[in-house]
Amino acid sequence: MDTMRERFASVTSRLLDEDPRLAVVLADIGVDGFAAAARRHPDRVVNVGIREQLLIGVGGGLALTGLRPIVHTFASFLVERPFEQVKLDFGHQGVGGVLVSAGASYDWPSGGFTHMAPGDVALLDTLDDWTVHVPGHPDEAEALLRHAAAAGDDRVYVRLSVQTNGAPRAVDGARFLRLREGRGGVVVAVGPLLDNVLAATEGTDVTVLYATTVRPFDGEALRAATGAADTSDVVIVEPYLAGTSTRSANDALADRPHRVLGLGVGRRELRRYGQLDEHLAAHGLDPRGLRERIAGFLTAPARA
Amino acid sequence: MTNTTTEATPPAQASDGPGATADRRPHFAELPGLMSLMTGDEKHGPAATSTLDALWVLYDRVLRVSPETVTDPERDRFLLSKGHGPMAYYAVLAAKGFFPVDRLPGFGSYDSPLGHHPDRLLVPGAEIGSGSLGHGLPLAVGTALGLRALGRTGPAVWVLIGDAELDEGSNHEALAYAGAAGLDRLHTVVIDNSSATHGWHGGIASRFEAAGWSAATVDGRDHEALYAAFGAPHPGRPHAVVARVEPKNA
Repeated sequence: MDTMRERFASVTSRLLDEDPRLAVVLADIGVDGFAAAARRHPDRVVNVGIREQLLIGVGGGLALTGLRPIVHTFASFLVERPFEQVKLDFGHQGVGGVLVSAGASYDWPSGGFTHMAPGDVALLDTLDDWTVHVPGHPDEAEALLRHAAAAGDDRVYVRLSVQTNGAPRAVDGARFLRLREGRGGVVVAVGPLLDNVLAATEGTDVTVLYATTVRPFDGEALRAATGAADTSDVVIVEPYLAGTSTRSANDALADRPHRVLGLGVGRRELRRYGQLDEHLAAHGLDPRGLRERIAGFLTAPARA
Repeated sequence: MTNTTTEATPPAQASDGPGATADRRPHFAELPGLMSLMTGDEKHGPAATSTLDALWVLYDRVLRVSPETVTDPERDRFLLSKGHGPMAYYAVLAAKGFFPVDRLPGFGSYDSPLGHHPDRLLVPGAEIGSGSLGHGLPLAVGTALGLRALGRTGPAVWVLIGDAELDEGSNHEALAYAGAAGLDRLHTVVIDNSSATHGWHGGIASRFEAAGWSAATVDGRDHEALYAAFGAPHPGRPHAVVARVEPKNA
């Protein structure tokens, strides 16, 4: 199986052949995957070098001419470093584009904190009108990338990761999928953390929703799921900063008493290298850590 | 320093018409009168007047864009990056009929489209919203790349920045790339009123030339010199014009 990034390069290269409105902007990261596409479309595959402010500014400028830019680098250099360019060169100019990141929260743990971006989705939450896709499998990444490329002038962020689930689901670029039915609570698993959530809740009486499009947040699916269960206890398990979607869940359930536990990546810098599994365990996002915290929350009696 | 336009006609009066008609459009000598209609941003007054002559020569003689062609894909693009002190910009756009002169007195008010920094979604004729320094040149690079990818070789792309704005590192990312990429439809006007805190040892034009641009430095109040520099051939290279005006703090 190819990785999400490899799929991004192959799918986007084909999309460039099919849609003359698309253009790819790179900053030295991911260039090899687009070498053939760049030969076929030298004016629509642009590598600006190691210049991330320019990376986003060029994307905005392309959009001003009517093209749909697809802009790619590591999440830390795509969203965090040029954040004001994302805010102004897309949002304030009133233009759209697709930002596709790699690296996620700790895809390359031995690379250390400089290449970790657990705060990317939370940062985008400070801006208006960004769609955020978090695929959990290369096939889902392809579906969501195609969806993003075809989404008119929408502003779309696609967060790719080396962490994946064993099997793809039929994601539609908008709705949460209800994968399990239960009455003891609702667990929302985001993207690549689905398999760990399924393992952690195996044999328990909970509903599991699978979210690969987290913005806009599918509040309707959450309301329906909590309505069908006996409680409005919700756990959200996200592969980026813990609590990022807690506000969205609270907003969705504002008309009923509810509790929300937000699980995800901690703020504290671990200052550890190592492997992905070690970081998942350190943040309590491995099946064991999830099982303990989900069960503890859902079985705790609500205070009167 | 001389202005080439010397008509001493009175400032255009506010009207409720759709904009100045072609034969009654204000001339350069009337721009100070138009600018005086805008109050409330005196802090940026020197920034506003520093750009006046360059803006006028561009809109009067160089840019192929008019109120009738603001959405034409073949129009020239002018991106005001130095969004501080936009009074001269608004005065020139009003004088050229992009919006009525009677919009000017509301400058900065809640119901006015004319803010102390321009918003492209509010100001007819404004290609970008600006105010935060260092965004226009990267956007202009992207615009030049986009026009090239679309096969539109006709439109020129112009961006105006300030010598202090050049402090922002994003400009240096953009000018290094644009030179290497040979974006010959890209033009940068640097209004140099010596306001960069640490100056530019060796000169501003040298930064552009070292990156592969064509560059010229001229008197930013001399309309003929500006016009000649704006029109200088620069095959295969982007072009920079450094327009020197009186120092901001002189």
